[in-house]
Amino acid sequence: MHIVVCTKHTPDSEAKMSVDEAGNVSWGESPLIINPWDEYAVEEALLLREKYGGTVTVISMGPEEALEALKHAIAMGCDEAIRIWEESCADSDTLATSYVLARAIEKMGDVDLVLFGKSAIDAETWQTGPAVARRLGYPSLMYTIKIAELDPDGRTITVERLLEEGRQVVSAPLPAVVGTTKGINEPRYTSFIGIRKAARMEYPLWTLADIGAEADKVGAAGSAVRWPQIFMPPVREGEAEIIEGETVAETARILVEKLLAEKVI
Amino acid sequence: MSNDIFVWVEQFSGHPTAASWEAAGLARRLADELGSDVTACVFGGQGIEPLAQEAISYGADRVLLAEDATLADFRVEPQAALLAKVVREAEPAVVLIGATFRGRELGPALAVELDTGCIADCTALEFEDGQLVATRPIYAGKLLSKCVIPERRPQIFTTRVRAFPKPEPDSSRSGEVTRVEPVLAEDEIPSKVTGFKETKGGVSLTDAAIIVSGGRGVGGPEGYEPLRELAQVLGAALGASRAAVDAGWIPYEHQVGQTGKTVSPDLYIACGISGAIQHQAGMRTSKVIVAINKDPEAPIFKLAHYGIVNDLFKVVPALTEAFKEKLG
Repeated sequence: MHIVVCTKHTPDSEAKMSVDEAGNVSWGESPLIINPWDEYAVEEALLLREKYGGTVTVISMGPEEALEALKHAIAMGCDEAIRIWEESCADSDTLATSYVLARAIEKMGDVDLVLFGKSAIDAETWQTGPAVARRLGYPSLMYTIKIAELDPDGRTITVERLLEEGRQVVSAPLPAVVGTTKGINEPRYTSFIGIRKAARMEYPLWTLADIGAEADKVGAAGSAVRWPQIFMPPVREGEAEIIEGETVAETARILVEKLLAEKVI
Repeated sequence: MSNDIFVWVEQFSGHPTAASWEAAGLARRLADELGSDVTACVFGGQGIEPLAQEAISYGADRVLLAEDATLADFRVEPQAALLAKVVREAEPAVVLIGATFRGRELGPALAVELDTGCIADCTALEFEDGQLVATRPIYAGKLLSKCVIPERRPQIFTTRVRAFPKPEPDSSRSGEVTRVEPVLAEDEIPSKVTGFKETKGGVSLTDAAIIVSGGRGVGGPEGYEPLRELAQVLGAALGASRAAVDAGWIPYEHQVGQTGKTVSPDLYIACGISGAIQHQAGMRTSKVIVAINKDPEAPIFKLAHYGIVNDLFKVVPALTEAFKEKLG
């Protein structure tokens, strides 16, 4: 089995985000980390490797900061890591990013399974996974909360994926793109040995030429979406109106009256 | 190219989702501003024909109806292939899709197929100088981003559930229904749906008008019982904080927050939830927020409209009784 995990780096989920007047986004002192959703994808890849053997390659399109994500994945136990970047990749939307990732996966050639986290906690589009699946022509199995069956010899996978009404059970041939979600596993911590390995590891850099990508499909040129303005949401002023009756029953009745007056019931 | 607006109508077992009609209402508004028409794409299994008339009542001028077994259970491949085909033929300016799990898988697949852009999870969509400008939350709603698709067409948008009003259906509206055939035959579709396990407890979190949610303060799996009773009286969905899910008290499907679902109900009742920023990210756009917590310093009271500082195991049963009295 050759499993590829696509990942990216993001500010920590606790980061206090702000925007200056020029529209530059800042995450203060918070560190850049592996996108938290991607840890589920990495963990699932490692669990599958433990069960079926093979290798796990983690890839990321991004500037040097993307190494944070790759190092974390290596420290968790992935075998190989590849970064794909050149300056012209900047300002890629998911259309362009999915093109680059799909080209890189095609270059590897022998891939059985491509794993994604559900989304990245920065832009939260949820779009790169399904877009890569479409580009590769692989089945798209997003929001997977359980890999119910995997048959590397029979070349099939069965997953349970989350939809609003419940879990859809889907079988598909390999290779496939699986988007993982929380609940599929409990991501392991990095080990001391893993961190040391990650520190010593070589992180090959693939350029657009390396993956045979056309320049006009990458970066701003290859992107359809522009984001001209990023701003802080309006803050709601004031604190909660604290309801306090003589008894709990009276408190409850006062609240019910207020909610009926708000016409939300 | 036309100025028409396409809207994809999502259905589960033949039942349309509310997100579809919210998107249809938005499509109608945009088409009225442009002086153009709305086409609804209703692609499903046998027996979905009534949805065509329903789509017209929600604002469509025209319906493209595909009724075929390959389209019964949602799979992105046959839906995207057919949607891409009809869009190529009609060349609309805009395609709207509800930002549900299905919609957020379909939108980007369609964008790749048509080599255009898809802006995900929009909470507002307005014309500014003739250009459609979408607003969407990023970084868990800590920031907002305005996004545009300046050149490529169609412009695809997925619309956040409950961010746009669901219009009142008008059964006197008339429109034209055209049947279309699927593009992919069953043997050309790689994935097979072999089952569906419906979530117990009925109401889906994302669609819910009222959510009763419990956090660390519920103390254990059995602590959800009073919340379930309140939810039942209100016809509400049951939510949970990450702390409660991580403790194994309630399945992940119920989690609200940055690593769970983003919800926007009319009423969110937070019981024993302190209100960490990650939880707020998933529910801050709720219309009215009620917080019940023993700790008066809990951050949830900064976000809530109404608060009760007391033990949730006293307050929640009292609320259930008070609602029963009022609602009968």
